[in-house]
Amino acid sequence: MSARSFNPAIAALRAQIARMEGDGGPERGALPFGVPELDRRLPGGGLALGCLHEVAGGGNSAVDGAAASCFAAGIAARLPGQVLWCVTQADLFAPGLEQAGLGPDRVIYVEAGDDVSVLACMEEGLRHGGLGAVVADVARLSMTASRRLHLAAKGSGTTGIALRRWRRQQDAYDFGQPTAAMTRWRVSVLPSAPLPVPGLGRARWLIELIRARAGESLDIELEACDGTGHLGHPAALADRPAQAVSA
Amino acid sequence: MLAARVGNRRLVTAACAVAQELGLTVGMPVSKVQAMVPDLQVLPHDPQADAASLERLALWVLQRVSPIVAVDPPDGLVIDSTGADHLHGGEEAMLETLIGRLVMSGVTARAAVADTWGAAHALARHVAVPMHVAEPGTAEALLSPLPLSALRLPPATLASLRTLGFVCIGDLLHQPRAPLTRRFGPDLCRRLDQALGHASEPIEPLRLAELVEVRRAFAEPIAAAETIARYIGKLVVQLCAALEERGLGARRLDLLCWRVDAHVQTVRVGLARPQRDPQRLTRLLCEKIETISPGYGIEILSLTAVMVEPLDARQMASSLLEAPAPDLSGLVDVLANRVGARGVYRMAPVASDVPERSVTRIAALSEPVGAGWPDHWPRPTRLLPRPEPIETLALLPDHPPVSITWRGIRRKVARADGPERVFGEWWKRDAEMIAVRDYFRIEDEAGERYWVFRAGDGEHAETGSHRWFLHGVFG
Repeated sequence: MSARSFNPAIAALRAQIARMEGDGGPERGALPFGVPELDRRLPGGGLALGCLHEVAGGGNSAVDGAAASCFAAGIAARLPGQVLWCVTQADLFAPGLEQAGLGPDRVIYVEAGDDVSVLACMEEGLRHGGLGAVVADVARLSMTASRRLHLAAKGSGTTGIALRRWRRQQDAYDFGQPTAAMTRWRVSVLPSAPLPVPGLGRARWLIELIRARAGESLDIELEACDGTGHLGHPAALADRPAQAVSA
Repeated sequence: MLAARVGNRRLVTAACAVAQELGLTVGMPVSKVQAMVPDLQVLPHDPQADAASLERLALWVLQRVSPIVAVDPPDGLVIDSTGADHLHGGEEAMLETLIGRLVMSGVTARAAVADTWGAAHALARHVAVPMHVAEPGTAEALLSPLPLSALRLPPATLASLRTLGFVCIGDLLHQPRAPLTRRFGPDLCRRLDQALGHASEPIEPLRLAELVEVRRAFAEPIAAAETIARYIGKLVVQLCAALEERGLGARRLDLLCWRVDAHVQTVRVGLARPQRDPQRLTRLLCEKIETISPGYGIEILSLTAVMVEPLDARQMASSLLEAPAPDLSGLVDVLANRVGARGVYRMAPVASDVPERSVTRIAALSEPVGAGWPDHWPRPTRLLPRPEPIETLALLPDHPPVSITWRGIRRKVARADGPERVFGEWWKRDAEMIAVRDYFRIEDEAGERYWVFRAGDGEHAETGSHRWFLHGVFG
């Protein structure tokens, strides 16, 4: 099954739509996840660089933002350069981020008072152009704000990740509102595979690509970021014989 | 103890805490004191040296706390902290930091925040132990019980007021003003009005000759944001030229705007690295224009580099060799001036097993620390600001909980890992001599992973309360 269509007529239409959207400018490339099922669905074969992306947690993670921030840290870890992380409440634990591949020397934290100044700081970081990625914990993200951020990211080539995190579970319905982000992800935790001994295995996530501009959405079950920020195949799938994978 | 000649007598003018405990007070004749304590050390009082050192202290405060600082002789400093306190985390935090830093350098200080100079002067000397923050509008109630000496009056006036039976400020407040003025001159009522905020008392900011300052006076007051921005641009160019002449770069800039009505509006910007690039400095200052309220117009703009550091011209790295690392100092400056300097930071490891003490904030542009944290135990991505108590069902001494109840929701534990034992830092704090925490990683049936710990080792009651806490959430 090929997720991408190679029909020249459709390719021409896509190019025309891209022109109409004003998304011209240099192509910044993409960051592959190293998971073929996922990369095949995304235009360019990976997470488009120099764009705005949205990540939210599912379930409880919508409030604590733990899985989503781990996912975002994994992406930022695989991009070169410093990372700016804008927060309203300083509850990120740096040793935890380091275990997702994002070392202490690479993250500059900005603690802003409210959502509005978080967005302003994020835009400032995206416009600067010297950073590898800008991550921001935001609750509300309007179409206008996301458009500004997306254009700032386009202009400088810095990747922006809006980490959607709400104060209450009920507020998470806001995630359905349209924004200008290139992709929209939801990361929910799943029970890990039982080990033969007492203990905890590698965390497992249900990663939902809810929306991808010029791409297709996808639900996939993967193992959480390792020490270098890479996602992994669940062991059951990875250990399957070769013909079973291709089937 | 210090002594000085007043008239034809030698009197004690200052005494240290030890001397005061021995019963010595300021104002006693030296001969009497020497009779009381034979091996007393008496040093001559040197008012000029006092004034000079007070001025040095004022400069130190000016560089760190607020753009408007003045000397309040003989023993005080007055600081206009309008617009500066939020950068230090509020008025209370600002005073605490200030007093703490003074104590560390060997100066005992008392401080108060109030609406007016007069009220703050009185509260700092008579109420603060060692600090006091007065709510706006409470000056009258706070000042009433204070003695008259809090009003900055000459000793002769004080003595005759006391003769008339006035003891505290409250006694004076409701007296008819006319007889008081006729008897004591305009000074008494002026001081009262200044303390209560009925009369304005501008603070003439301290400006020392060694500071690089440029100023511009306008024939016609200016008020429009664009005009202010234009003149800021011109001032910055002048300032940068002056800095270049001396081989300096600015770390902190103060823009003072004197309004027609004698109020001073201030803008302070800090820089992470010494700078004298006019474009960058202009941008930082212009971002703050909206915080200036020009009122009826600004007649003088003055720009001062209160903190400077040597900055020599450097050769730019050639792009032939390697791509230079992007310069983030501009971005850090913009962000720091928007959210406050303490809002922009990096985390660095501290050698401590206690999770909340294992990270420390360092300046965003400090040198890379290189090493990270030991990674043989997984750590959560989000750490709660303080551990939250949870209800658990667990076997002692070393089993993970079977179920936990956190924020009113009961979760059954499907899998768990631990314990990871963390000992208290007995070499730092006596209270933690035998304190123990046992950390467990638990996963509930939905796959949510939490970091919980039990205070105590599960066997000995003195190692902790044996209550359970949730400390972090794994991604």
